[in-house]
Amino acid sequence: MSSTQSVKPTRSGQSTHTIRELTAAFSIWLAAGLVMAILAWILIDISIRGLSQINLSFLIDDVTDAGRSGGIGPIILSTILILFVTLSVSVPLSIATAIALTEQLNSESLLARYVRRCLDILAGVPSIVFGLFGNAFFTITLGLGYSILSGGLTLSCMVLPILIRTAEQAINSVPLEHRHAAAALGMSRSTTLFRVILPAAAPALAAGIVLSIGRALAETAALIFTSGYVARTPESLFDSGRSLSVHIYDLAMNVPNGGARAYAAACVLVAMLLVINETTALLLKFAGLGSTPHAGGCR
Amino acid sequence: MSRNDLILKIISRVSALLSAAVVLLILRFLIHEATPALREIGLYRFLTDPSWHPLSGNFNLKPMIVATLVTSLGAVLIAGPLGIASGLFVHFYAPPALATWHRRIVEILAGIPSVVFGLWGLVVLAPIIANLGGSGQNLLTATVVLGLMVLPTVAVLSDNAVAAVPREAIQGAAALGMSRWATVWNIVLPESRSGIVAGIILALTRAFGETMAVLMLAGNVVEMPTSLLSPGRTLNANIALELGYASTSHRSVLFVSGLILMLVVSVMVTVISRRRRTTQ
Repeated sequence: MSSTQSVKPTRSGQSTHTIRELTAAFSIWLAAGLVMAILAWILIDISIRGLSQINLSFLIDDVTDAGRSGGIGPIILSTILILFVTLSVSVPLSIATAIALTEQLNSESLLARYVRRCLDILAGVPSIVFGLFGNAFFTITLGLGYSILSGGLTLSCMVLPILIRTAEQAINSVPLEHRHAAAALGMSRSTTLFRVILPAAAPALAAGIVLSIGRALAETAALIFTSGYVARTPESLFDSGRSLSVHIYDLAMNVPNGGARAYAAACVLVAMLLVINETTALLLKFAGLGSTPHAGGCR
Repeated sequence: MSRNDLILKIISRVSALLSAAVVLLILRFLIHEATPALREIGLYRFLTDPSWHPLSGNFNLKPMIVATLVTSLGAVLIAGPLGIASGLFVHFYAPPALATWHRRIVEILAGIPSVVFGLWGLVVLAPIIANLGGSGQNLLTATVVLGLMVLPTVAVLSDNAVAAVPREAIQGAAALGMSRWATVWNIVLPESRSGIVAGIILALTRAFGETMAVLMLAGNVVEMPTSLLSPGRTLNANIALELGYASTSHRSVLFVSGLILMLVVSVMVTVISRRRRTTQ
């Protein structure tokens, strides 16, 4: 965009104009620079304080002395188990829902509109409310107690909206020609779906799944009262297990002098999330979709 | 219709209904658990009781409601200008390579977990803010960190809203010899207003619903805040702190506060989706 003036303004008009222009440019560069500086500050701070403590034994050893020494082996195992429960419930449910919303129902139909409205609201439910619900429903009413299963199921409710939205985008991005070609070959709807549409949408579907793994990894408030605090190695899905994020919280707030180890755990968590971020971007590039299927940033 | 098609139809529709039912299930359990408190104590006493001493039957939620409003509105005041500026930056000010980087940075910022923000705030920011007085664990620290956390929401939605401004309008402005800021101010911002406002409302719901960072930074004292430097406890933090040991009417009151949060957020989300539908 050129800033040359086609109409000659008066000299004083010209100078206030230039001042306004420069002030605006300066403020916007300043704001953008601030955003970048803050992220750099956070990342550098975490790597400086965290990286020095991370080694193989930290990643696999048991938690000792409330986390002040030892490692985070059981914590990582619990986190993986919680993610496993979360995904094994939410992925099938969300893909089937996305199929209904894209391939089966008219988007103006009452059912589709109702489902979308509910999912919009679900996406906005605060994480502590998921914690309250999980505590009342999974741990008490269903009698699962403080367990990995309760935590995983609670998180699966939480990631449902984002999984469904990304799956919908993935299915919608499959070109119409594919469907026409399949119809011309006389394929049934279900054959078209499983043989043509879902394989074509697979990279974008995977991107959505990876994105929701990131969300689930970052979650803390919904897990404190569902999967609990126990830092031992879980023996089954019915045992309580402490996730990485809950571990960071506990070390930072409830363990005197736990800050250093909290940084080490935070460093591991952030590294995992950066890998996830990168994977999502790569998958989306592979799927030919431009940007992240964002649900508006943040958790 | 073949048998497989029928099975597919049934399974996908049942799944859609199940997914939709989750939100109703959440609402049902919140209401179920909140009912005893609503019946025995009543909404009025949550505002008029002398203090918050749940074990001796005093349930004044007012200081926590005020702390929640102060931190979330303050966070949006910080995130709004920075987020809008960053949306304009990537379209009108940054060289293309830097714009790509800036977008990725905003994306990474969005992915940083709230406990990590909390930890950073506790170890790095709180000692700095302690120079202004107090321990550094106060509403100001919580607000600043919360603002940084919801900033990506405003930035991403502003970016999208600015991207949706018709190219012709901008090219027309350039043809008229309008300068960069004049184009932004007179053409781009009015055109993208509705998207930017949606981003700000969404950021407000995010700030309103955030627990961990505020819990780690705000000091958690239940008292009516007198300034930004006084410690405070938000409704969310209160649930996280007390659900572990609360029983009977105390537990029920915590569910009432959860129900309040859920209803407020649902109303805001509905407003955004209405806006989106009418502008499309």
